[in-house]
Amino acid sequence: MTVRAATPPPLLERPTPPMGGFSVGVVAIEVRRMLRNRRTIVFSLVTPVIFFLLFGLDAAYASERVGHGNVSAFIMISMALYGAVLATTSGGAMVSVERLSGWSRQLRVTPLSPLAYIVIKMLTSLVLGAAAVVVVYGAGILVGKPSMPVGIWVGTALCVWIGSLLFAAFGLFVGYLLPSENVMQVIGFVLMLFSFGGGLFIPLSELSPALRTVAKFTPLYGLNQLVHFPLTGGDFAWSWGANVVVWLAVFVAGATWRFRRDTSRV
Amino acid sequence: MTSTGASTAETGGLSDPAVGASAVPLAVRLRQVHKRFGAVEALRGVDLAVRSGEVVAFLGPNGAGKTTTIDVVLGLSTPSAGTVEVYGMSPRQAVVRGLVSAVMQTGGLLRDLTVAETVAYTAKLFATSRPIGEVLERAGIASIANRRVGKCSGGEQQRLRFAMALVPDPELLILDEPTQGMDVEGRRDFWRAIREDAASGRTVVFATHYLEEADAYADRVVLVARGRVVADGTAAEVKSLASGRTVRATLAGADPDALARVHGVTSVEVRGATVLVQTADSDSVARYLLNETAARDLEITARGLEEAFLALTGDDHRDSTTGVPR
Repeated sequence: MTVRAATPPPLLERPTPPMGGFSVGVVAIEVRRMLRNRRTIVFSLVTPVIFFLLFGLDAAYASERVGHGNVSAFIMISMALYGAVLATTSGGAMVSVERLSGWSRQLRVTPLSPLAYIVIKMLTSLVLGAAAVVVVYGAGILVGKPSMPVGIWVGTALCVWIGSLLFAAFGLFVGYLLPSENVMQVIGFVLMLFSFGGGLFIPLSELSPALRTVAKFTPLYGLNQLVHFPLTGGDFAWSWGANVVVWLAVFVAGATWRFRRDTSRV
Repeated sequence: MTSTGASTAETGGLSDPAVGASAVPLAVRLRQVHKRFGAVEALRGVDLAVRSGEVVAFLGPNGAGKTTTIDVVLGLSTPSAGTVEVYGMSPRQAVVRGLVSAVMQTGGLLRDLTVAETVAYTAKLFATSRPIGEVLERAGIASIANRRVGKCSGGEQQRLRFAMALVPDPELLILDEPTQGMDVEGRRDFWRAIREDAASGRTVVFATHYLEEADAYADRVVLVARGRVVADGTAAEVKSLASGRTVRATLAGADPDALARVHGVTSVEVRGATVLVQTADSDSVARYLLNETAARDLEITARGLEEAFLALTGDDHRDSTTGVPR
């Protein structure tokens, strides 16, 4: 039998990592990982650009004035929001695959705290959300069709980016709710519905009055109105903010509830 | 074999609580740990003390409670009753300090990372860690550092788990059936890596249902069955239990105490006029029975490993266990 030296090792002096094991290096690895996922790239970075090129340049309406800019700019913002929302939702929903594969369990024998894990997922989502905004806005600059003041380019981009964090919470909630490899297919469908409800693809004025009323209560409605506000100007409706706040509360509460169940499980 | 035999072996073990008083804290200390999952009692009062530097095998059939015990030691599961200490701390405190790490049966990997990235990911979570290259080298996977995890074989993935467990340079390494599903050669290579590592003085606890594995690599074998420790001793002791023979004889009014004193006897069972003696030294028992008593119809049968294993771990519920070493 191998027995150690009689002097006790300074066991208790071993340091514990700060911030529950959170590190920027891990976020970097997570981002690299997401960028390797072809489906994520296609859905959140390629599709929105294609949609913008298809719908945002139509000579029939693209140059029409909207607030401080034109319709092309309006559509560009919508598509950037669509891409960012897909990206952040995917980022959050990664917990589903990680739970299924047992990786979450592996992490539980490391110093990483559950909260630090969530923060890493949120930041990873934000990085990917930023990428989604950048590619759509980049396409807009390249084709030169969208027109609005520089400040509004920057302002709307930031609004879309920060606002998409709402859907990182949604992704976490769904990821904890549906432990499945196919969670992204479910999410892709649900987000498509939300996008129609939010008026990202077609103006809500095109819908029947009954549908329009329902649409105003869907999770992308308030956010979509808010991110366009710097461009459209006009009357500000507090109901937009209320829509975002209520849905944020729902997603965070749902994610927290599922997350607690998950960590207390043996 | 009756439970008498089991407790005979137990006295050769290290369940003495006084051990805890020494200067070096015990690596693992379980006291009367119970774990209940609904109506199922997975652990029914596990007592265990592992000293620093020991290499301990947790031997038992599937469903014996090995993994549940490991989960408790790692803080993945909270006991329904009883206490757990790892180096005198709570399991979570020991994990956060990198004192204990594990190669878990249920631990998953991320298929879309490379081998080196997976180890780097783990290293970033700890306050201090060993260099990634050194850890990959130790686990014997330096040559596949840039391979995607999803493209690695089962054995390579298992070595990766081992590499991840080495990252914090833990005092205690726990391996849950680490060679499950590996071929003979893979198993040998894996154990070579573990053994080289344990030579540096690391405490190792591994669960297995291969008696040969426990015998070959452990200083001490703890036999677990149906949520209890049924035997605890050196590998040699447990092996001799397993390699014993059964002496059967017809003898009215047998004296079980006298028989139990015969050299090598591990248990004595009297069934009416029949005595059944489990022993490591059948010659002495036969000599005693024939010379000192009126025993007749003597029968000596060798006990295979499987039978011994069943006898030790199955006792009264023999049918319900699948404790055959495979």
